[in-house]
Order: sequence, then structure tokens, then C-alpha cells
Amino acid sequence: MGRAEVVQKRQKAAIMALRVAALLATAAATIVMALNKETRTFVVGTVGTTPVTASVTAKFQHTPANVFFVIANAMASNHNLMMIGSDLFGLEFKGFKLPLVAVLDMLNAALLSAGVHGAAFMAQLAKNGNSHARWNEICDNFQGYCNRGGVAILAAYVGLLLTLGITVVSIVKLLKPKPKPQSQPLASEIEVP
Amino acid sequence: MAKIRKAVTVILRLIALAATVVAVVIMVTSKETAHVLNLTFTAKFTHTPAFKYYVVAEAIAGVYTIVALLLSSRSLLARLILILDVVVAMVLTSSISAALAIAQVGKHGNSHAGWLPICGQVPHYCDKLIISLVAGFVAALVYLLLLVYTLRAALSPVFAIKS
Repeated sequence: MGRAEVVQKRQKAAIMALRVAALLATAAATIVMALNKETRTFVVGTVGTTPVTASVTAKFQHTPANVFFVIANAMASNHNLMMIGSDLFGLEFKGFKLPLVAVLDMLNAALLSAGVHGAAFMAQLAKNGNSHARWNEICDNFQGYCNRGGVAILAAYVGLLLTLGITVVSIVKLLKPKPKPQSQPLASEIEVP
Repeated sequence: MAKIRKAVTVILRLIALAATVVAVVIMVTSKETAHVLNLTFTAKFTHTPAFKYYVVAEAIAGVYTIVALLLSSRSLLARLILILDVVVAMVLTSSISAALAIAQVGKHGNSHAGWLPICGQVPHYCDKLIISLVAGFVAALVYLLLLVYTLRAALSPVFAIKS
């Protein structure tokens, strides 16, 4: 009896720590990418003696993959925030709601994984270009934008790993054996047929 | 009850296996050459790292599905298969997201970066890519459904739900 309680407390502490870390990582990724903007002015010609300049802006909204990245990270941080809040305010998950937490954590991980990888491959395309499709690289002109985008993607990867850990611990929490009466066999394992 | 659960799981895995196989095969066999002005313009999946990653990831997911179907009678490995299912579902969603991001640029271009769309020059390649991406999306969705269905088994009062 004492052993089960110790294990349960350790699981709760582990999940809480992982959730706080994941919240920080995904929130940082959201904010850095959402504020990612860089303007460069180029001289495109001269009229008489005055140079004619054109200013080009690189914003995260220009790329749909980055927009999805921001939205996915915002939803992931929101989910972690809700779960931390419900733990702090003492809402207990009984019965139906406990598998719901595991399922939501798993869907969170899938969403975050999709957002991160879409933005990561778009960043790779922006950095290297694609000579076969005649797409120029843009990172040599917009280094600040690319650096900040890279930092956001790295932070989101850390958040993704932490979210995977949260999912694993949530699923393991579901598989607890119930305290058995004397003469019944233990009905503990989820069957994966 | 257990038989229905096993049957549904096997059917879902078979659908996912078919979808990943279709995605891999169609993307690997898609190749088109176009002649624009005096230039010869070849479109292959190996030109883009995102599509290479997509093919590799779908192949890994397909092999894992075959292994999971063959091992489905051993209940000792139930937890391992569950955790690996989560990992493979994440790999599938990541690969389809990466491929879709690049394919969207290929279809619509990006006027801010000066990237022109390529689907006008290689329409058959684009069509095959669309089929492959739809199959990959179906595979990711089916794997997520499989995970939700497996975890739903914990709702039954026979199994322990720790509050």
C-alpha cells in the first residue's frame, strides 16, 4: 500500500515537472516565431545621383508552414497550461477522464510533431534553396530571421521530446494494477490484440 | 469482446499498411521530364530532402506495421507495442507535415521569396504526388485512430483506472 502511494506520488511529480518544462519550451517557441520579422532595404537602382531603395520584409506569415508552427505550439502550450492548472487547483481525474488525459497528451504530441517538422523542412528549404526547382535560398539575405526561426524550431523540438515523455508517463499511469482481492487474478494489462 | 477488439485493430493496421505502401510506391515511381524553352527540367522525389524523409519514414512505419501484425498474439509485448505505436504515429504525422509543407510551395509558390510554383511544368508529377500525400495522410489518421482505440480499452471497468 505504501509502495503504490510512493509510486503514484513520483509519477505525479514527474508529470508536473515535465509539463512545466514543455510549457516553457513551446511557449518560447511560439513567442520567438510569432515575433520573427526582419526588414532589409536593397538598392535597386539610381535615379541621377540618389539611390532608389526597396525594402523587403520577411515575416513568419509569409510561409504557411510557419503559421501552422505558431498555431501548433500555441495549442500545445495551452493544453499543458490547462493540465498544470487543473493539477494545481486540485481537480481530480477519475473514471472516464483519466484515459482522456492520456489521449489528449498523445494527440498533443502528434500535433506538435507535425508543426515542428513542417517548419523545420521549410527552414531547410530557405537555407539551402532547391536548385532543381530554381528556388533561391533566402537565408543569406535575412540572417536574423533565419537565426530566430532556427532557435524557435530548436525550442519546439525540446518541447516535442518532453511531450513524448509526458505521453509515455500518462499511458503508464493508466496501466496501474488495481489492488486485488484475495482470490481473484490480477486484471491489469491493457490488451493489445 | 476481445475478438472484436482484435479484429478492429487488425483491420486498422491493415489499412495503415496499405496506405503506407501506396504512399511509398507512388512517390518512388513518380518522375517526369519537361522541356521548357531550351531547358530540360526533371522532377524526381530525390531532389527534395522532405520527400526523401517522407519515403523513408513511411517505409519504416510500413515495416513496423507488418511486425506489429505478426506479433499481435503476444500479450507480453503489449506495452512495448503501445509505446512504439505512439512513436510511429508521431513519425507519420511529422513526415506528412514536412512533405505537405514543401508540396504546398511547389503548387502555389511563394511570392515573397521569389519561388515559382512548378506544378505548371510537371503536372503528372504533381498528380502522383497528390495521391501519395493523400495516402500518407490516411496512414497518419488511421494510426491516430488506432491509438485512441487502444487506449479506449482502458475505459472498461474490468481494467484498472487509477484516480
